[in-house]
Amino acid sequence: MAALAEPVAGRSKGARPSRRGRPSWLPPLFLMIPGAIWLGVFFVVPLVFLVSQSIQSGSVADGYKVTWHFANYTYAFQHFWHQFVRSLVYALLATIFSLLIGYPLAYAIALKAGRFKSILLVIVIAPFFTSFLLRTLAWQTILAGDGLVVRFFRSTHLIAVTNWLHLTNGDQLLSSPLAVVSGLTYNFLPFMVLPLFASLERLDPRLLEASGDLYARPIVAFRHVTLPLSLPGIVAGTLLTFIPAAGDFINAQLLGNTNTTMIGSVINSQFLTVLDYSGAAALSVALMATIVVLVALYVRKAGTEELV
Amino acid sequence: MSSARRNRIDISPDLARGLVSRRSMLAGIGVVGLGSLLAGCGTTGIAYTGSEVGKASPDKSAAERLVNWSNWPEYIDVNDKTKKRPTLEDFTKKTGIKVNYTEDYNDNDEFFAKIKPQLAANQDTGRDVWCSTDWMVARLIRFNWLQKLDKTNMPNAKNLVDGLAKVSFDPDRVYSIPWQSGFTGIGYNPKSTNGKKITSMDQLLHDPILKGKVTLLKDFRDTLGLMLLAMGKNPAKFSDSDFDAALKQIEDAKKRGQLKGFTGNEYGQGLASGDIAACTAWTGDVVQLKADDPNLGYVLPAGGHMLWSDNFVIPNKAQHKKNAELLIDYYYDPSVMATVEDYVNYIPPVKRVKEELLKSDPAVADDPLIFPDEKVQAQSHVFMGLDAEKDTRYTGAWQQLING
Repeated sequence: MAALAEPVAGRSKGARPSRRGRPSWLPPLFLMIPGAIWLGVFFVVPLVFLVSQSIQSGSVADGYKVTWHFANYTYAFQHFWHQFVRSLVYALLATIFSLLIGYPLAYAIALKAGRFKSILLVIVIAPFFTSFLLRTLAWQTILAGDGLVVRFFRSTHLIAVTNWLHLTNGDQLLSSPLAVVSGLTYNFLPFMVLPLFASLERLDPRLLEASGDLYARPIVAFRHVTLPLSLPGIVAGTLLTFIPAAGDFINAQLLGNTNTTMIGSVINSQFLTVLDYSGAAALSVALMATIVVLVALYVRKAGTEELV
Repeated sequence: MSSARRNRIDISPDLARGLVSRRSMLAGIGVVGLGSLLAGCGTTGIAYTGSEVGKASPDKSAAERLVNWSNWPEYIDVNDKTKKRPTLEDFTKKTGIKVNYTEDYNDNDEFFAKIKPQLAANQDTGRDVWCSTDWMVARLIRFNWLQKLDKTNMPNAKNLVDGLAKVSFDPDRVYSIPWQSGFTGIGYNPKSTNGKKITSMDQLLHDPILKGKVTLLKDFRDTLGLMLLAMGKNPAKFSDSDFDAALKQIEDAKKRGQLKGFTGNEYGQGLASGDIAACTAWTGDVVQLKADDPNLGYVLPAGGHMLWSDNFVIPNKAQHKKNAELLIDYYYDPSVMATVEDYVNYIPPVKRVKEELLKSDPAVADDPLIFPDEKVQAQSHVFMGLDAEKDTRYTGAWQQLING
C-alpha cells in the first residue's frame, strides 16, 4: 500500500526530475533488471507453462489445448493421494530426524569445538564433494543383506520394533520406509546443520553467563536463551530440509520398495513414461501449492514464536 | 506503515478513490491477462503430417563419409585390450565411412524425450540411425517419424531370420530391422532359494521362500507378457479384460509383500549377490552373469516366453541415410554378426550366424540361450503392437501399479 501511495503522492507535487537530472527511482530499478530477468526466465515463464499445461487436455500426438480441464487435478488426487501424503510424511520425518541430529551437532561445532570448528564444518559439507546419486547408492551397501547395520538391528531386536511401526518388513532394512527416511535424513542433513550453525555461532556467550548469574540452570538457560535465539536457524534449516525432501525421488527409488514411492517418482513417470503431461503438471502444481501453504502457515507460527 | 498513512492524508479523497478504482482495474487486467496467458499456451500435435518427401533431407552420404549411430551401452563388440570396436573399424576400412558411435540410448522413454523436440519440429536430430525396442518403434511409426529403409542399399537384409520378418507394428519391415533380440524369462539365484528351482510365474508370485525378494521388469510388455502366457493367453492378441486380470495378479503379489521392486537393467547386481532371489530377466544379461557364477539359474517358463528386439531405425531428416543403410547391411553379414554375438551374447536376428561361430567360438555357438533350438523358438512370443489409446491406457494402469 505504501509503495503504491508514495510515488503518486510525489507526483501530485509535480513529477519533476531530481536536481541531478535523473529520477531517483531509476538506479534501483536498473539494478533490479538482472534479478528480474533471471526470475522471469527461470521461474515465471516455466511456472506459467506448467500451470497452463495442468489445465489443458489432449495427447502428445495430437497436441494440447487449454480447455480449463480442471479434472486433471481430481484425476491426479484420486489416483495419487497416497503418494502425496506419503511424501509429506516422509519429508516431515526426515526433517524431524535432521533437526534431532543436526541441532546438537551444530551446537557442538558452534560453541564447543574451539579450534576444530572449521575442520568440523568441512566434514559436514564433505559428502557434497561426491554426487548425490553415489551417496544414496552407498546406503544400499550400508543397509544391504548381511551388513553390520542389519545384524545390529537383528541382535538387539530393534527390527521387531521397526516392523511393528511398519517402518520395515521382514528381516531386511533395505527396501523399506526406514531406509528411505534414513536416506532423506542423511542427504539433507547439511542443509539443516549450516543455518543452525550460522545462528548459534552468533549467540553471545555473555547472555548465557548472565542467565547463570540469575540462577538459571543450564537447561533453563537453553530453553529461554539459546533456543529462542537460534529459532531463525531452525526455521531456515527445517524449510531447506523439508522442501527438497518432499519432492525427492532418488531416495525412494534406490532405497525403497514398491510401497514407498514418493510423489517425485510419480511425476517423473507420468511425464516420461505415460506421457500424460497434463496430469503430471497438475501433480506438480498441486505439490507446489501444498508446500507453499504449509510453509506459509509454519513461518507465520514461527514468526509469532509460538513454536517454542 | 505510518509514513504511508501520513501520505494518504495528503491525497485528496477524489484521487484516493481514483487510485482504488485504478488498482481494481489493474487487478482486473491482471486476472484477464493471466487467464489469456494460460490459455495461450496450448501445443500442437507432435506427429508428422506432411508428405513422405518432406521427411527426407538432401542426402549428404556421398560428400560426408560418416554415419551417426546411437546405441545402448555395452551392446557391441569391444576389444578388451585396445578398447576399440573391431567391427566398426572393419566397416570404416571396407567402406571409408566413419562411424560416430554414441552410447547415449539408456532407456526408451528417456531417449524419446531427448529426440522429441527435433522430430516434432521435423528437424535433424543429429543422428542417422539408432536402435529402439519394438514398442518404441511402433510409437515412432505411429508418429510418422521414421523414413522407409531403401532395401536396394541392403542386399544382406534377406538374411533376416524368418521369425522376425513379420511383426505386427511393421508387417513388411519397411521402417525397421532388428539389431539384437532376446528372451524374457525367469532368472534365480539358488543361494537365496535354498537350491530350489524357480520355473513359473506362479511360483515367482506365490512361493513364500521368495517373499520380498522378487523383482519384476519395469516394462509391462516383459512382465505382463509372461503373466499372460502363464494364464494361457496370447500376448500377441489379448483383450482388455485379459490385461486387467494379469495386472491384478501382479497387484495381489505386490500387496502381499512378495515383490522387492520393479527394475530396468539394474537387477543384475542384486541377482548375483542374492539380494534378489528371483526375477523376470533378459537372456543376454543372465548369460553374462552366468559367466561369473555358473550356479545362477535361467528358465524359460513352460507356457512360453517373450521375445523382443531392438531395431535399427532411420529418423526423419537424417543427414546420412544411405551411409546408415550401408551400415545396417554390413551387420547383416553373418560373419560380422557372429563377431558381435561372441561379445554381447544376445540372440542374433541374422541367419547362419551359428555356423560362423562354430568355427570361431563353439562354446558360445552351443549356448541354447544365444542360439535357441526350434522348439524354444516356437515357444517365443512378441507382444502385441498397441494403438495410441491402448498404449496410454495400459501404460497408465501399469505405472499406477508400479508407483502404488
